Amino acid sequence: MAVKVRIPTPLQRLTNGQEVVEGKPGKIIDLIMELDSRYPGLAERVSENGKIRRFVNIYVNEEDIRFLQAEETEVKDGDEVSIVPAIAGGRGN
Amino acid sequence: MGYVEGLKCRECGRQYNVEPIYVCEFCFGPLEVIYNYEKIKKVISKKKIENRDETLWRYKELLPIDGPPQAGLYSGFTPLVKAENLAKVLGVKELYIKDDTVVHPTFSFKDRVVAVALTKAKEFGFDTVACASTGNLAHSVSAQGAKAGFKRFIFIPATLEASKIVSSLVFEPHLIAVDGNYDEVNRLCSEIANQYRWAFVNINIRPFYAEGSKTIGFEIAEQLGWKAPDNVVVPCASGSLLTKIWKAFKELKEVGIIKSANTKIFAAQAKGCNPIVTAIKNDTDVIRPVKPDTVAKSLAIGNPADGYYAYKAVKESGGYGEDVTDDEIVEGMKLLARTEGIFAETAGGVTVATTKKLIEQGYIGKNEVTVICVTGNGLKTKEAFDGRMSEPIYIKPNIEAFEKTLKRLKILK
Repeated sequence: MAVKVRIPTPLQRLTNGQEVVEGKPGKIIDLIMELDSRYPGLAERVSENGKIRRFVNIYVNEEDIRFLQAEETEVKDGDEVSIVPAIAGGRGN
Repeated sequence: MGYVEGLKCRECGRQYNVEPIYVCEFCFGPLEVIYNYEKIKKVISKKKIENRDETLWRYKELLPIDGPPQAGLYSGFTPLVKAENLAKVLGVKELYIKDDTVVHPTFSFKDRVVAVALTKAKEFGFDTVACASTGNLAHSVSAQGAKAGFKRFIFIPATLEASKIVSSLVFEPHLIAVDGNYDEVNRLCSEIANQYRWAFVNINIRPFYAEGSKTIGFEIAEQLGWKAPDNVVVPCASGSLLTKIWKAFKELKEVGIIKSANTKIFAAQAKGCNPIVTAIKNDTDVIRPVKPDTVAKSLAIGNPADGYYAYKAVKESGGYGEDVTDDEIVEGMKLLARTEGIFAETAGGVTVATTKKLIEQGYIGKNEVTVICVTGNGLKTKEAFDGRMSEPIYIKPNIEAFEKTLKRLKILK
């Protein structure tokens, strides 16, 4: 069992269209970096200098990590991590 | 011809062309309009502005439109009321009310942002405008959209009070009552905005729409004789209005219209929905969302989109924030009404009550020039007074009954 990571639509291009990918247990920021080694470009979209970007929300089991230990929040096997842009939407068609 | 150079992400600085977009594709930050201030400086002057019609369009060089105004042609330029009676009660020398209870055509500051948004929507070639709202914004889009010839979709929570529904429905928009709370309505609208080519004023037109709020700041400065005040107290919902008033003073300085912009910006919220004020008081730029529970419904945004930027504007300007209870809000509305003859909506009660606190605590000096922003009309939120208003004096139709009353009031002996 690994950590289940939900990828938002605008970033699914980086994960070959996958909506859910597997991540490694540990600190959130390390999990992001590890994902970046498999899905290059992901880390710079959601973080900058080791900090999660201001308009990217990350939830661990539905709790916003800003109210846990932010980037240092530990996740374990079976946890669910969601990456959600704070402002929904994008370019209208 | 306009003076907009493009859109820019407020977080990572990436630039975009002028389009109906609002989120940075790279880092998901919000987009903001950028202007060529050098060019504006060459064409704008106090005299030129003063000779124009008394509407918000007198500052058109600093608004994000390319051609002539196409909506809200009579909006803005509301009175800056010298509040001598209220000043006396609060113990300060110079106090003003920026009175947006009388904005044309729907009596709230939203007429300003909608005027800009609908003009921009025309420039983009949209034939349909839309919004998610619980009140003031719905009224303004419904009314101004009717006049400007747009098809209109207005999304509201189904539980909205009847009086607020009527004030939109009279303009015959498509009024969609969604079975959900405001946050759910908003989320639905984001999805719709991605699928339909409509101008959602507070979603895909937001970077342009929000700029309309600057006109409150421009007007305050002009009405004070082209000077920025020492203090401005601003009600906060999303926090956008506060950041734009601050930006207005800075822009006027940038283009050489005023000499200095050292205004302290103060945030006013209800205790029942105070995420921005809480961040200011705790000195943290992390805005913790709350579940709103306040009589000031027009300010009840628990997860404010511009909360971080509002926090930053307050801090950088040297201001502060305060929050007030529902009882204090209603008392603030009554105080403003009995001293200055202005009937504000609940948000106005929030700013008046907050100002009182800030003066008592010494954050606002007794000899400084202070402006209180009152952003909407009290007739829209009459229900705030349910059970909190005195009764009329009922009498029989004869002079004895009347004189008995005068005696009871101790006006006649």
